[in-house]
Amino acid sequence: MSAVQAAARPESAQKVLSLYRQLLRQGNQFSAYNFREYAKRRTRDAFRENKGVRTAEGAGAGAEGLKDLQMLKGKDEPGHGETMRQKDTGV
Amino acid sequence: MANLAPSVLRQASRLASKSAISTAPRRGVQALSRAATAPAPARGACKRCYVTQSKSDNAQVQVDTAIRLDRAELEKAGAVLETQNGSTTHVSPMADVLKQAVKMDEGQRPIYLDMQATTPLDPRVLDAMLPYYTGVFGNPHSRTHAYGWESEHAVEQAREHIAKLIGADPKEIIFTSGATESNNMSIKGVARFFGRSGKKKHIITSQTEHKCVLDSCRHLQDEGFEVTYLPVNNLGLIDLDELKAAIRPETALVSIMAVNNEIGVIQPMAEIGKICRENKVFFHTDAAQAVGKIPLDVNALNIDLMSISSHKIYGPKGIGACYVRRRPRVRLEPLISGGGQERGLRSGTLAPALVVGFGEACRIAAEEIEYDSKRIKYLSDRLLNGLLAMEHTNQNGDPKHFYPGCVNVSFAYVEGESLLMALKDIALSSGSACTSASLEPSYVLRALGNSDENAHSSIRFGIGRFTTEAEIDYVLKAVTERVGFLRELSPLWELVQEGIDLNTIEWTQH
Repeated sequence: MSAVQAAARPESAQKVLSLYRQLLRQGNQFSAYNFREYAKRRTRDAFRENKGVRTAEGAGAGAEGLKDLQMLKGKDEPGHGETMRQKDTGV
Repeated sequence: MANLAPSVLRQASRLASKSAISTAPRRGVQALSRAATAPAPARGACKRCYVTQSKSDNAQVQVDTAIRLDRAELEKAGAVLETQNGSTTHVSPMADVLKQAVKMDEGQRPIYLDMQATTPLDPRVLDAMLPYYTGVFGNPHSRTHAYGWESEHAVEQAREHIAKLIGADPKEIIFTSGATESNNMSIKGVARFFGRSGKKKHIITSQTEHKCVLDSCRHLQDEGFEVTYLPVNNLGLIDLDELKAAIRPETALVSIMAVNNEIGVIQPMAEIGKICRENKVFFHTDAAQAVGKIPLDVNALNIDLMSISSHKIYGPKGIGACYVRRRPRVRLEPLISGGGQERGLRSGTLAPALVVGFGEACRIAAEEIEYDSKRIKYLSDRLLNGLLAMEHTNQNGDPKHFYPGCVNVSFAYVEGESLLMALKDIALSSGSACTSASLEPSYVLRALGNSDENAHSSIRFGIGRFTTEAEIDYVLKAVTERVGFLRELSPLWELVQEGIDLNTIEWTQH
């Protein structure tokens, strides 16, 4: 198990960094100042908090991050098709 | 500012205010508002007009204050935007144009510090809600087809999220239109159900409750019920011995709010719950300001009925819930009768989109409660320390038992309403939103034993999930300077500075 993880680590580290960057970039696109600042701050704090995570539980946090990213990008979950929208609540 | 301003300046402004008492304040406010919107012309105008030395100085201070912190932010955002343009093309070409337009507008809107009135909708909540406005439109009570089932499934899931947040069973959650309806339903429902036999015709509540609780109780008084309004001490807490003494054999219900909406005081819920359970009296609590912000468990606190609001926890407006305990069962007469939805307690078709949004807001609140409360505590301490560092200010409510997101501070010798006017670039309130239209002093602050002047000079600052540190710093700076400015105009402040006790003065009427 650990060998698999060790082998997978460099790649997953890259994945994590990429996820972090994407989240920050997407969060930066909120036009409302408060949402933008919150998205950036929350992303930063969540990644800092889980800095030490090296085991399989990191996958859970990663999955959550991916879900958030999907939401930020405005992509829909499969099933409820054709809902087009722009992600912006607070003008 | 009083300690910053040289005494010369104070002397000069005193002269000015004496020579033109009626015009000076108005001119001051004008200069203020103009400075807040357009700094450059304000300075030009002041050079032209024949004000004294002190006036132009004062105006200059205001100009400094009014320079928006956002300006640098805006320029930065503009610069960032240009580099980002390529990445949003997948939405639509218009989106970028619209976004830029919005960005240019930004900085014109006031800073929002009134989180007790309502909170902005969390984008994550909106994301959960959207499908239920478009694709999934079924009536959640339709049992005969898939449209109904998928809506029902979503509603039940939301119910679970809400129940989990307060440690209840999903079946105990009744959706209503908001906390006001929940309060009405609980108080009138229990009182009417148990009052029918004629034995239990007594209700206990406190003087600092929300208007909808007090009004429901007054309504019941007209119907022949007896109501005890418990007084609070000068910190806003009720006395448990008084509560014990007030409970009679015919008492049906005790209704005490968890977190006060004006002063943020947290009542000793566990003790009240214990007293009520011992005396076999139902305990209702208005937790609109508490759920999702402080940890609450209905079983640990022995709460029988609880009102929850969605738009106070970053959910949509127009939905709330009432927790009604099933074991031991709380029986109430429904306010709204009809199709028998929601255990027959609140008939009417549910709005799946709002319910789902509410559920999502609760789920996020449960997840983020730790992070958010740490953050809000930090911002609140920063604000409170800064405000209390000014002279003649004091916090209303118990400094030990209060929710840090609600900071209520009195600025002596300043009129609260005029301070609100001076702080046009910050969205604040002197009390609850329901009473913000009237100029009456807050009844909550009066119940604490505060004088009229003190109640009039109080401002409530509400801090939430989306408040930033830069905003708090700006607010601190603006409040400090403008309170100083308003005090300079005040003859009362002059007397205080000269060391005269205002209570010794005999005012004559003329």
